[in-house]
Amino acid sequence: MEIKTREFKAGSRRAVNNVRVQQAARRATGNLLRERNNAAAELREWEDFRNRAREIKAHTIERLDEYLARFADSVEKAGGKVVWASTAEEASDYVVSLAREKGVRTVVKGKSMATEEIDLNHKLAGVGVEAIETDLGEYMIQLAGETPFHIIAPAIHKTRQDFGQLFSEHLSIPYEEDPQRLTQIARHALREKFSHADMGVTGANFGMAETGTIVLVENEGNQRLSTALPPIHVSIMGMEKVIPTLQDLSVFLALLPRSATGQKASSYVSMITGPRGPGEIDGPEEFHMVILDNGRSRILADPTMRESLYCIRCAACLNICPVYNSVGGHAYGWVYSGPIGSIITPELVGVGEAKDLPAASTLCAACRDVCPIKIDIPHMLLKLRHKSIEPSPRHPASNEARPSRMEKWLVRAWASAMKSQRAYSFTTALARLAQRPLLKNGHFRWLPPFLRGWTDHREFPALAPSSFRQIWNERLSKDAPD
Amino acid sequence: MPDSKARASIFITCLVDQFYPHVGEAMVKVLRGQGVQLSFPRAQTCCGQPAFNAGYQSEARDLAKRFISIFDGDSYVVAPSGSCTSMVRVFYPDLFKDDPKMLEKVQSLGARTYEFSEFLVKVLGVTEVGASHSGSVAYHPSCHLLRELKVRSEPGQLLQNVNGIEIKDLPDAEQCCGFGGSFAVKYPHISGSILERKLDCIRKSGADTLVANDAGCLMHMAGGLKRQKIPVQARHIAEILASRE
Repeated sequence: MEIKTREFKAGSRRAVNNVRVQQAARRATGNLLRERNNAAAELREWEDFRNRAREIKAHTIERLDEYLARFADSVEKAGGKVVWASTAEEASDYVVSLAREKGVRTVVKGKSMATEEIDLNHKLAGVGVEAIETDLGEYMIQLAGETPFHIIAPAIHKTRQDFGQLFSEHLSIPYEEDPQRLTQIARHALREKFSHADMGVTGANFGMAETGTIVLVENEGNQRLSTALPPIHVSIMGMEKVIPTLQDLSVFLALLPRSATGQKASSYVSMITGPRGPGEIDGPEEFHMVILDNGRSRILADPTMRESLYCIRCAACLNICPVYNSVGGHAYGWVYSGPIGSIITPELVGVGEAKDLPAASTLCAACRDVCPIKIDIPHMLLKLRHKSIEPSPRHPASNEARPSRMEKWLVRAWASAMKSQRAYSFTTALARLAQRPLLKNGHFRWLPPFLRGWTDHREFPALAPSSFRQIWNERLSKDAPD
Repeated sequence: MPDSKARASIFITCLVDQFYPHVGEAMVKVLRGQGVQLSFPRAQTCCGQPAFNAGYQSEARDLAKRFISIFDGDSYVVAPSGSCTSMVRVFYPDLFKDDPKMLEKVQSLGARTYEFSEFLVKVLGVTEVGASHSGSVAYHPSCHLLRELKVRSEPGQLLQNVNGIEIKDLPDAEQCCGFGGSFAVKYPHISGSILERKLDCIRKSGADTLVANDAGCLMHMAGGLKRQKIPVQARHIAEILASRE
């Protein structure tokens, strides 16, 4: 997917002003969050599950090389082919050349953020292969020529009227806005594609090292069809998604659907181990497992950012985030939006490409509280802010990542004033004098440019006539016992 | 264990010192009312949080060192802010994680540094301070207080025991107000949009007064209330607890 993270400011400004999209998205995130809260409250052992999941992830990520090797071995033993892709290009090139080699004309796709990351649909289109998204929301987004607005619900910003318009334009049918009818129409159109597809491409929610099994969690059954009908199945999995055993999976299957949609279980959980075996009557003839790095080993190498690899992509952090709920998913400018996007995107595309993402947060930490794995997102946002100011040899920041000279100067001047009580008192006394002509009814009517954003939405109060320290010296200290 | 002869140093915080000194006075009144012996280390300035949050860790570390030497000793440190308290208790250890000697100092300082309402309830064991306030209040839990310090029930316990007070429910109370320090001026459109939703909830609460424990959040919400001419007063919890009206 094209990286537009530099356009965050402009994109977020546009998004904030788009009231219709905001309302549609916020209604959906509000519902998802409410359902999630009910589901979490209902499960007595919720906190135990969270702690256990975190332990499993921490354990696995610390030994990722070991578990990946075991996973790859198991996939091969089950008759699958394993492909290690260190970049997005390597992953998409592999799928594209496989498609060409096998004479593939149509690919059906299950929803997968990893395939968004490697921009697979466009790459396939480039060689004349049609790739069709089969998740309803993702299908809609593909018809609209957009990118996913949300990690699990890509089209939440669309209304059923939008759906109706899109279908009538692209499928040459009369306008229709009844959700049930629309779903039937999509189902009909997609079944047609399923039955003719030469290749199915999915992601993987989990990969179990013990057996080489991939796990797909979904509600529509389209992932299962994508993996069952076409003769070739390609799964593209971020390398952090491996877990040790089936037993560990049970912990995540308790957490993922509840955190994502509030469901106790998703409608479909598919576990796929290799291609069709001898004597089996269904399943693909070939199974290709693409294990994607694309920057993840950089995250792995940095202990302060490592736990961002624990994410299971439930998107609960998006639903609760005040910033996501104001700017929506597109403003983030790449595949992953919301709080989790703000910590992994800079690491994957470069801190300099995405310096707005960690900065555009109130640090309210609601994401950490809602995260099923308790990922400390707010503290990692702070680490990324630090990285862009003081690049270390291990984390060089590009010129773009560095703050403006003006900002540096302001911060340093402020810090040195704060290092001395005299300078502090002098500066604040000066400010008290300087503010006089700028005040009206106890508030500023003019602020210097770097503070002016404040008064777009709020009044800014005057400094009090006397500071607390003056009052303490004059009145309060006299009551002090010493 | 309630501490009846507590000694505490006031960590006034920049915003209260410069913009809301009456909040500091109210805090002094309440704490002295409980027999706490207060001192005010005069050399104090800023704890360094603005620099730290902007990524300027070496500047923040310098200010932290200064703060640590000023608040050296064994008395409690009490601040009218959950955010500045979490800087000392939660983020200072992060700044000195590679310096074992400083880390030890910082951890002992953190263990005796409290936000005002937390100090009353957890250290003094007090939930009733003899305050009276006529009117209805809605309480907004500020994010650092709630999620960095995990102070959830203490402010409510204190407010409930104020004579004559009516506590109104604030819808979606735990949602951030959109302040976020320099975030508010760096991304005013986002901050303003989050504030908008908070103001709606404040309106819906029907309260005549909004109460919070952090001057930053209050400055932000009060500024929005005033801009939109919503007739709700914004007050720091210390002002309510010092009130005898």
